[in-house]
Amino acid sequence: MSPKSMQEAVHKTVRGRAKGGESSPKSIVFLIILWLAILFALVFLAVLIVTTIVDGWNRLDSRLFTEYPASDPEEAGARPAILGSLWVIGTTAVMTIPLGVAAAIHMEEFANRHHWFSRLIEVNVQNLAAIPAVIYGMLTLGAMGLMGVSNKNQVWVGALALSMLILPVVIIATRESLRAVPAEIRQGSLAVGATPLQTVWRNTLPAAVPGIATGSILALSRALGEAAPLLLLGGLVFLSFDPNGITSGYTTMPIQIFNWTSRPQAGFHELAAAASVLLLVMLLAMNALAIVIRNRYQKRW
Amino acid sequence: MTSAPATTEVAHLDLTRKPRPWDTAARAIFRVAAALTIAITLGILVALIVPSIEFFSEVPINEFLFGTRWAPRFADASFGVVPLVTATAWTTVIALFFAIPLGLGAAIFMSEFAHKRTRKILKPVLEVLAGIPTVVYGYFAVQFIQATVFRDWLNLDTGSFSVLSAGFVMGIMIIPTIASISEDAMSAVPNSLRQGSAALGANRRQTSLKVVFPAALSGIIAAIVLGISRAVGETMIVALAAGQQARIVGGPLEAGQTMTGFIANAALGDSRVGSLEYNTLFAVGLLLFLITLLINMISIWIVRRFREAY
Amino acid sequence: MNASTDNARASQTVGSTNTIVHGSALPSLEVPVIDCDSVSIFYDDFRAVHDVNFGCKRNEITALIGPSGCGKSTVLRSFNRMNDLIEGARVEGSITYHGEDIYGPDVDAIEVRRRIGMVFQKPNPFPKSIYDNIAYGPRVNGMKVESMDDLVEEALTKAALWDEVKDKLKQSAFGLSGGQQQRLCIARTIAVQPEVILMDEPCSALDPIATLRIEDLMQELRKDYTIVIVTHNMQQAARVADRTAFFTAEASDTTGDRTGVLVEFGDTATIFESPHDKRTEDYISGRFG
Repeated sequence: MSPKSMQEAVHKTVRGRAKGGESSPKSIVFLIILWLAILFALVFLAVLIVTTIVDGWNRLDSRLFTEYPASDPEEAGARPAILGSLWVIGTTAVMTIPLGVAAAIHMEEFANRHHWFSRLIEVNVQNLAAIPAVIYGMLTLGAMGLMGVSNKNQVWVGALALSMLILPVVIIATRESLRAVPAEIRQGSLAVGATPLQTVWRNTLPAAVPGIATGSILALSRALGEAAPLLLLGGLVFLSFDPNGITSGYTTMPIQIFNWTSRPQAGFHELAAAASVLLLVMLLAMNALAIVIRNRYQKRW
Repeated sequence: MTSAPATTEVAHLDLTRKPRPWDTAARAIFRVAAALTIAITLGILVALIVPSIEFFSEVPINEFLFGTRWAPRFADASFGVVPLVTATAWTTVIALFFAIPLGLGAAIFMSEFAHKRTRKILKPVLEVLAGIPTVVYGYFAVQFIQATVFRDWLNLDTGSFSVLSAGFVMGIMIIPTIASISEDAMSAVPNSLRQGSAALGANRRQTSLKVVFPAALSGIIAAIVLGISRAVGETMIVALAAGQQARIVGGPLEAGQTMTGFIANAALGDSRVGSLEYNTLFAVGLLLFLITLLINMISIWIVRRFREAY
Repeated sequence: MNASTDNARASQTVGSTNTIVHGSALPSLEVPVIDCDSVSIFYDDFRAVHDVNFGCKRNEITALIGPSGCGKSTVLRSFNRMNDLIEGARVEGSITYHGEDIYGPDVDAIEVRRRIGMVFQKPNPFPKSIYDNIAYGPRVNGMKVESMDDLVEEALTKAALWDEVKDKLKQSAFGLSGGQQQRLCIARTIAVQPEVILMDEPCSALDPIATLRIEDLMQELRKDYTIVIVTHNMQQAARVADRTAFFTAEASDTTGDRTGVLVEFGDTATIFESPHDKRTEDYISGRFG
C-alpha cells in the first residue's frame, strides 16, 4: 500500500467514524431531547412566575400590607399573615440555630464516629431530613395534647414544629461547613495548648460561620414557605390584630395563600396570587442574602 | 516576655490533668443537642402510635387497610384507607412520570454535555424550582394548570380538581431533587471510564448512556427513591389541586383525596383530643410515616451499599 | 541482617553518643529533655515504628532524617501527643519529658502541648489577623500577660518577622507569603513560651531563600529552646542539627508491612562523615555524596 493510499484509508476511517460520532443524527436528536428537558423546566418556572404576577397584579398594592383579612376581597389584606410569618420565622431561627449548631459540633468534632450511638444519630438525622413536613405538625399536635396546651394557635407552637422540620437541614449544613475547615487549623490550635473546646469555639466555628449562616438562611426560607405543619396546629385563623409576641395568635403567608386559593370568589384568587408574589420576593431576598454571604465571606483554603 | 523557660529550672513541671468545667459542660450540652434528634424520632413514633392504638381498638386493622370506603365523618362511618392510598399512588406515579425523564435529562446534560459556565447558570436556576413554596405550586396547579390549561385550553373532561394537575406540578417540583443527586452521582464517575469509552470510538451520547449512566445507577436510583418520598409526603399541592373527595381514583382526570390531603383537610376541623376523628388523623399519619420511612431507608441503604464503588 | 541485631546495634550506637562531647556548652551526662525508651508506635494493628531509643538535649537541635515512610514524623508527633488525634494510634514504651512519662495515666495532652510546641509541614496560620494569630496561644492558655502588644512584638521579633509585619498587624495572616506564614507559625509557637519546639518538615513547602531564613532563625532559637526537626533534606540536617537520628523502614518477614526503625543516632558530624552503620552510609552517600 502506498503511503498516499494509506493516508486516504485512514482518512476514510476517521470520516466513517464521524458518522457515528458527535454530529451523527442520533447524537443530535439526543442532545435536543436533553435540551428540551431543561427547557421544559425553565419554561414551567417562567410561566409560573409570570401568571402569578399577572393574576396578582391588581392587588399588589399597599392594601396587601395594611389590611386585615375580610369577607370582601376588595377590603382584605395580608398584614397579620406577613407579621405572623416574621414572628414565626424569627422564633424558629432562635430555637433552631443554636441547637442545630451544637448538635453538629458534637457530631463533627467530638463524637467517636465508630460508636454505634454516633452512627445511629447520623442515620437518624438523614432520615429526619426526609420525613414529610406534615408529620412534624402531627408530632407537635401530639406533644401539645400531652402537655395540656389547649390553645395551639401560638407563635411558639408553630415555630416549634418548623424548628424540628429544619433542624436536620441546619445540622447537615453546619457539619459540612465545619468539615470544610482544614484539619491543619485544628492541629495548629491544639499545638499551642488550646483545649478541643477552645479550638472549636475560637477557631473552627468562627471559620465556619459563613457556611453556617448560608445554610441556616436557606433552611429558614424553607420554613417560611411551609404551610402543612401549621395547618394542623390551628394556624388557619382570621386575625384582626397584629401578632405581637411568642404567645400571640398568628397566621402565616403560606396559610393565608392556601385559604384564599380555596375560596370560590375570583377576588380572593387575585389576593392569593399577590401574596404569592410577595412571598416569592421574600424568599428571593433570603436566597440572595445567602449567596452574598457565601461569595463574600466563605474562606478559600 | 520573661526569659525563655529553657534557662529556668523545671520546677513548675506539672503535666497532670486539670479539671476543665467549661469543657465538660459544653461538651455535655453538645451531646444532649445531638441526642435530641433521636428524641424527635422517638417523639414522632409515640405521637403517631399512641392515638393509632386507640384508633385500632375501635376500627379493625383489616378494615382500615383493605376497606374501600373512606367516610370517617359520616353517620355510618367507614374507615377503609384504600381510596386515600390510590389517590396518593396516582399523584406519585404521575409526578414520577414527569420528574424522572426531565430530571435525568437535565442531569445528563449538566454532567456530560454542558460547559462549566452553562452549568453554573443552569444549576441555581433549577434549584429555584425546589425553593418555591408548595402552596404557590398548589395555587398554580389549581388555578392555571387545571382551570386554564386543562379546562379552557384543552377542553378536557375534568372538574375543578384532578390528580393529573396535582401530580404534574409535583413532578416539576421534584425535578431538582432528582437532577442534582443524579448529577452528583454521574459527576463522581471517574473520567478514566469516559476516556476508555471514547478510546473505543464511542461518542458522548453512547458514553453517557452506556458507560456513565450504568456506573452512576445506584446514585440515580437513590435520587428517584428520594423523589418518591417527597411526592408521597407532599401536602399543600394535593390539598389544593387533587380534590377533597375520598374515593377510589380511576383515571388521571378524576379528583381524589390523598393521605396527606386528608390530614390537611381533617386538621381544619377542630377535633377533640382522643376522639375517633382525632385518632383517625394519626392512624393515617402513621401509615404515611411508615411508607416514607421505608422509602428513605431504601434510599440510605442504596447510597451506603454502592458508595464505595470507586 | 535480621531485625534484632539491627536494634541492638542501634541502641549501641545511641549509647555511644553519650561520650561524644559536642562543644563546651553541652554537658554530656545531662538528662535529655525528651527521652525515648523502647518506643513503638501503632496505628490499630499496624506497627509504624519499632523500638526507638534516643534523647533530645536542651538547647540542641536534633534532626530526624530518613526515607519517606520511615516513621520519623510519627515519632515527632508522638512527642507532643499530636498522634492522639488519630484514631487507633497508640504508643508503647516510654517517652519522657524531664523524666516524666508524657503518656502517663494522669498526664494531660493539653499540658504537654503547652510545653512542647509544634510547627507543621505546611504553614497553617489561623484565619485571623497577624496579631490575633500570635495572641491566640497566650489567650487560650490564660497566661497572665502585662502587655499583649509587647508579647506579640517580642514573639514576632524572635521569629525575625517583626520588621516585615509591624505595620499590618491587623491584616489577615493569609496575605503573607509562604515563608512569612511559616515564621508566623513559629512566632505563634514561641508566644506560649514552650521549652521544646517540634518542627515537622517546616521548609518543605518553601522556596530556597525562605528556607535559609528559617534555618538562620533556628540557629537563633536554639539559644532559648530545644528543637527537634524532621527533614527530608539532608543538607538541611547537616547545616542546622547538632545531633541526627537516622531512621529507615524495614519490611516485616511475615506480613510485608513496613515498620520504621532507628538505625543510628549521634553527633551530626559523625552521622554524615563516619557513620557506624552500613545503611546510614549508603543512604548518606546515595543522597548526599
